[in-house]
Amino acid sequence: MTSLPSAPAQKRLGLVIDLDICVGCHACAVNCKEWNSGGIAAPLTDLDPYGPEPLGVWFNRVHTFEVGEGSASRTVHFPRSCLHCAEPACVTVCPTGASYKRAEDGIVLVNEKLCIGCKLCSWACPYGAREYDYDAGVMKKCTLCVDKIYNETLEEADRVPACVATCPATARHFGDLGDPESKVSKLVASRGGYDLMPELGYQPTNKYLPPRPRRASPEKGKPAELAPAVPAGSSGFLAWVDRLLSG
Amino acid sequence: MHPALSVIVFTTSSGAGYGLLAWLGILAASGRLPPGRIFGAVSLALALGAITVGLLSSTLHLGHPERAWRAFSQWRSSWLSREGILSVATYAPALLFAFGWIVLGSTEGIWAIIGGMSALSAIATVACTAMIYQSLKPIQRWSNCWVLPNYLALAAMTGALWLLALAGIFGANLSIPTQIALPTIAVAAALKLGYWRYIDRTSSASTAGTATGLGALGEVRLFEAPHTAENYLLKEMGYRIARKHAAKLRLIALIAGFAGPSVLTLAALVAPAPLAWISAVTAALLASFGVLLERWLFFAEAKHTVTLFYGAPCA
Repeated sequence: MTSLPSAPAQKRLGLVIDLDICVGCHACAVNCKEWNSGGIAAPLTDLDPYGPEPLGVWFNRVHTFEVGEGSASRTVHFPRSCLHCAEPACVTVCPTGASYKRAEDGIVLVNEKLCIGCKLCSWACPYGAREYDYDAGVMKKCTLCVDKIYNETLEEADRVPACVATCPATARHFGDLGDPESKVSKLVASRGGYDLMPELGYQPTNKYLPPRPRRASPEKGKPAELAPAVPAGSSGFLAWVDRLLSG
Repeated sequence: MHPALSVIVFTTSSGAGYGLLAWLGILAASGRLPPGRIFGAVSLALALGAITVGLLSSTLHLGHPERAWRAFSQWRSSWLSREGILSVATYAPALLFAFGWIVLGSTEGIWAIIGGMSALSAIATVACTAMIYQSLKPIQRWSNCWVLPNYLALAAMTGALWLLALAGIFGANLSIPTQIALPTIAVAAALKLGYWRYIDRTSSASTAGTATGLGALGEVRLFEAPHTAENYLLKEMGYRIARKHAAKLRLIALIAGFAGPSVLTLAALVAPAPLAWISAVTAALLASFGVLLERWLFFAEAKHTVTLFYGAPCA
């Protein structure tokens, strides 16, 4: 049923992505591809993978932006994936019931057995979260690793999405954004986490943490200078060697 | 947006078919239908044929056309599903209307009412097609109130011109079809010009700044794309058309779609017999070509917010 759940649960699982910390290494995108190539949305088809025009399905893409001008400009790495919106038009436009939003935790999924491959859901998503699998003829998208986060055969510490598990900089956090007391909700509150394109009204679950303000003081963050090898005015053996070599 | 040929053929062909069906139904309901069973057979065959070709064409871009029947299930939320149901449901009154007209030779009484129902169903189907596009918020050039009247007017216009062509071929009185065609062309042209004026002067409230949320820090420029080759998003949503070509194509669409058919419709009204129906048929063919071009532009000129993540200046 592509109508949204009438009584959604309080639980809203999602990601918090820290743009201050992300180093743009693409490890999250690669581990996402790795896990989901064997997960419920498998395969993530690659066409012509070793040829001149590779074309493949990825659920996570890392863009890099330059923001601002001159010395105030900064480089921001920006991972982009499904935001598991509270008002996902990708779900409501689906004519077949293949796209759905889970009532129990808010995860947006595609039932590939029902998908006719009309691609309308990908048009309805402002964030480009859905990628069509030309080979399978169905739409694919981030599952929030639903086959990992509830997998009781894994250690509890491993029951997080692949992108979160692999991030070497801890720029990605996973949790219940519907619970104001959860770690991720507190992180969002303390860092001023925000929604992407809030003007469209999709109410994304995932939040982004802004880069921290630059250091205002010219002294702070200045490159450290090496202390002189031989302090000025010193005497003794090393000072004699220094004078000998400098001359 | 990528202008997929199957979708362009679908919306223009079924649009003309529903337009023609709607005019036949309205004329039947108001008792002004040109007489003749053969006229009825040919005109309804043309209308239902154009609708059927369009609907079949629409399944060509599906990844799984054999599952297309599933699209009838989600009418509560999806305009595409509503369109699918109405497009098939319209066959019921249309075929009954055809039965009354062609087999029983009657377009009066209950058959006139069934004709009117066919017209209503045809109009509702075209409205659903338009709403599929109008309801997509990420595409500002579709998500505006010009889209629905444009689709309805262009379907009505091509339908009216095909009605005129058929009346010309069958030597029927051309005054009623002309009275329908001329104002419909004028309204459709005005709405199309209004749409183009609107999309040229506005753009989406979304920018690279709101898409990334980094706008407060300054101008946001793409430094490095996530991938070096194309992906689905860029193929489907990243289609771009050069501004100079768009301007020329709009001019051709205006001449072929509206100006040419207006002159030819007037010629059909005043010219002697063979020239009259030749003018009328040419008007219908020219308008259909113009609307095909207009529909190509409707897709090619549409911009999606996902391109903001890939360096597009606006959407």
